[in-house]
Amino acid sequence: MAADSVKDVVLSPVFKNNPIALQVLGICSALAVTNSMSVSLVMGLAVIAVTACSNLFVSLIRQHIPSSIRIIVQMTIIASLVIVVDQVLKAYAYEMSKQLSVFVGLIITNCIVMGRAEAYAMQNGPIMSFLDGVGNGLGYAVILLIVGFFRELFGSGSVFGFTVLTPVQDGGWYVPNGLMLLPPSAFFVIGLIIWVLRSIRTEQVEKAEYRIVANSKAKIKESV
Amino acid sequence: MFEHYLSLFVKAVFVENMALAFFLGMCTFLAVSKKVSSAIGLGIAVVVVLTITVPVNNLILTYLLKEGALTWTGLEGAENIDLSFLGLLSYIGVIAALVQILEMFLDKFVPSLYNALGVFLPLITVNCAILGASLFMVERSYNFGESVIYGAGAGFGWALAIAALAGIREKLKYSDVPASLQGLGITFITVGLMSLGFMSFSGIQL
Repeated sequence: MAADSVKDVVLSPVFKNNPIALQVLGICSALAVTNSMSVSLVMGLAVIAVTACSNLFVSLIRQHIPSSIRIIVQMTIIASLVIVVDQVLKAYAYEMSKQLSVFVGLIITNCIVMGRAEAYAMQNGPIMSFLDGVGNGLGYAVILLIVGFFRELFGSGSVFGFTVLTPVQDGGWYVPNGLMLLPPSAFFVIGLIIWVLRSIRTEQVEKAEYRIVANSKAKIKESV
Repeated sequence: MFEHYLSLFVKAVFVENMALAFFLGMCTFLAVSKKVSSAIGLGIAVVVVLTITVPVNNLILTYLLKEGALTWTGLEGAENIDLSFLGLLSYIGVIAALVQILEMFLDKFVPSLYNALGVFLPLITVNCAILGASLFMVERSYNFGESVIYGAGAGFGWALAIAALAGIREKLKYSDVPASLQGLGITFITVGLMSLGFMSFSGIQL
């Protein structure tokens, strides 16, 4: 794997092999925090930091981890890093950490972090692993920001807290769509993003288990 | 007293459904919901693990980590120790250990249940619903009794959601979905609609 170029390692997870859109990893902890862009940005940065550092440290000690307990070792490294992120957020961005509430802690069980440590960092050198972590974190952050952008724009008519579409109650014309601030809309937005991504990159389309013949008539058994 | 617990349970199952209102445990939720039978197996495993881990983590918080929790040791200055920053590390450790113990216990004493749940147990360690429930328990400072009820309710709600989704997906196999929406995409939209349905419970006051 030494032939991987730096650019490939960082950029391929962002577009070609996106952890959320293609591999369905790590949607667990994050969708609830995407109702505004600034929160998604902080969450994205936190995940980038944790993925990159955990990859780096796992890769540094990969020769010394016995394979039977590797999951616990990785878990401990990740949990310690998340505690650091949590404490930093509490110290310097208290309001933000209140809004993120339990979701910072849930980065531990984010499958992207575990998945990359297990799949990449255990086999590769520290620097490449670090970059791989940055790339996957970025891929995750990009999706979060896209979802956050649509939800904040349509839900409250603003982007990063700046009003773009003036809502009706401030004398503007835009009637905010309250649904976009509620949990279900995140699913719709992600579903649509996957639809768009797979329409562009048709090789990612999943095969249907059954093909329905066009204009076929259902065979109905004649009742006795 | 009983009413309080009942309302907590109903709230955990419907109003604050782990999967559909907080998006917790989504990875397994989407991956294992292709067949109803395996979805129910995983659901039961989650209920069992949640009912055990949330109260155990509650005990750990009360007697080891909270500020002044170490006073019972009688050591000098113990009442000033605040270890709550170690929370995340201890909870995930407890969860991993308990899942392992549960697996060994089932293997030894209830082999039939082990064969049914065995595959799902390791998956559960990295299920965010389990850690999430413990973190919510901490954030809302439930006491021991409440945490038992909350753990059971949250698990039951999650099991209900995954069984319902699996039922829908089994039917969905026979419908004509646009090619690029096939599989994951349509599942997301389905979950969104289910989540919308569950929101109608949000007005319930008990």
